[in-house]
Amino acid sequence: MSIGIFILVSIVKILLALFILLTAVAYTVLLERKVVAHMQNRWGPTRVGPFGIWQPLADGLKFIFKEDLTPPYVNKPLYLLAPIIAVTTALTSIAVIPIGPWIKLGSLSTPLQITDVNIGLLVILGVTSVGVYGVALAGWSSNSKYSMLGGLRASAQMISYEVALGLSLIGVLIYAGTFSLSDIVNQQTGTWLGFIPKWNIFKGQIVAFFIYIMAAYAETNRIPFDLPEAETELVAGYHTEYSSMKFAMFFMAEYANMVTVACLASVLFLGGWTGPVWGPPLAQSLIPIFWFAVRVFAFLFIYIWVRGTLPRFRYDQLMAFGWKFLLPLAIANIVVTAFVVAMK
Amino acid sequence: MLALVLFFIFAALCVGGAINLLVQKHPISSALSLIVVMGSLALLYLLLGAEFVAAVQVIIYAGAVMVLFVFVIMLLNAGAEERLSQGSRVATMLGVPALIIGFGITAALVSHIAGLDRIAIGGPKVMHGADLFGNPQAVGHLLFRNYLLPFEVTSILILVAIMGAVVLARREE
Repeated sequence: MSIGIFILVSIVKILLALFILLTAVAYTVLLERKVVAHMQNRWGPTRVGPFGIWQPLADGLKFIFKEDLTPPYVNKPLYLLAPIIAVTTALTSIAVIPIGPWIKLGSLSTPLQITDVNIGLLVILGVTSVGVYGVALAGWSSNSKYSMLGGLRASAQMISYEVALGLSLIGVLIYAGTFSLSDIVNQQTGTWLGFIPKWNIFKGQIVAFFIYIMAAYAETNRIPFDLPEAETELVAGYHTEYSSMKFAMFFMAEYANMVTVACLASVLFLGGWTGPVWGPPLAQSLIPIFWFAVRVFAFLFIYIWVRGTLPRFRYDQLMAFGWKFLLPLAIANIVVTAFVVAMK
Repeated sequence: MLALVLFFIFAALCVGGAINLLVQKHPISSALSLIVVMGSLALLYLLLGAEFVAAVQVIIYAGAVMVLFVFVIMLLNAGAEERLSQGSRVATMLGVPALIIGFGITAALVSHIAGLDRIAIGGPKVMHGADLFGNPQAVGHLLFRNYLLPFEVTSILILVAIMGAVVLARREE
């Protein structure tokens, strides 16, 4: 493949990935409003289009036309920088996530991810760890006590749970022996006895999976760990002083992070795009994308389900849970997994 | 060629961030400059083919250590630093150029002695497949085979430092 075609293919893939991610973000918001509404015996959005399916577009337009207010006494450069950091890091981490195997179009063949780097997982961890600054700086630069408390809570929470999150992934990595996400998925193809899929979750990483889920909920500031924006006590937490598109950027970042977490869970624990495929060659390379989407959808649905079910933690409970329960459990999982792999 | 251009961009960013770190009066601005320095260092590692080190640099330094710095500055709500004395103007006029010249002479001497100026200027060597020594496997082999003892001793040292920090922090009870 010549360099020209490579760059062209890459640009097309980046645009496609951005389009898919932003659409997914918009419709996750709608899904959340609908599902939570039905759980609370309401209808949710119904006015814009059938079942309210054009609601995200209406919301987007509304955000663009809202007055963009910058409160006085904010630290202006950082106030502007914070939402940019948040949304950029949230959108960047999708670059290394594979949504399908290699695809062939005529003489052209390319992996269904923007780039397959051999430190893929580390790239995601690195990018998300930089994402904390968006929230922390938003809280600090707004010069408001609610934002400040939200920012402080967010940074403390994200640092604490990042440890458990990172350690829960080590078990999978010990099995896989690689950081490349597409290699990790390829190792999960096939079945035992014809019906139990060889997903990492069935290879003994089920504890790691639950640690990952819980830590990931905390990392994305979702209920039951939504203390940074706890609306009953902090108005809206770190984004209290933001309006219009700047607020929308934080909103997009939160949902994009949810999608990334769901993608990563599917890739690492649930076998990525593996599943039965049939039909002509083109269908065979597109059906895996469908299986991947099903997993991501299921994971997002559980996210919303949890939101509709659980109350919020108290702050000391949050810290005790992260450091005294999840962290030792994650370390125990690493020790057991390493022992099993070494004995093989 | 591209590697050379990227090297100069990130090297300039790194030095610029370091200078900004010293010039800024507000601790948050200084901390953010330090993050820029850490980030550009990571990209320089990446240009040298040390992918693992680059990723770890971002995760540990830019992502964890600096978040704690920013957190502490936010928690203490430290304001802009007040400079009481303006310093001697003569020192500024003479000192800065003298420093630059001194640094230049030292750099020239060191590179001459080390023979660096005889290496063809083509920027950092672009790495390919086989000579990647910075990928996770290679680093892992080095750490856990060749340098196992120093590695473990270092981790015990860090553990002792953490314990010490906890003991010192709880002293007032």
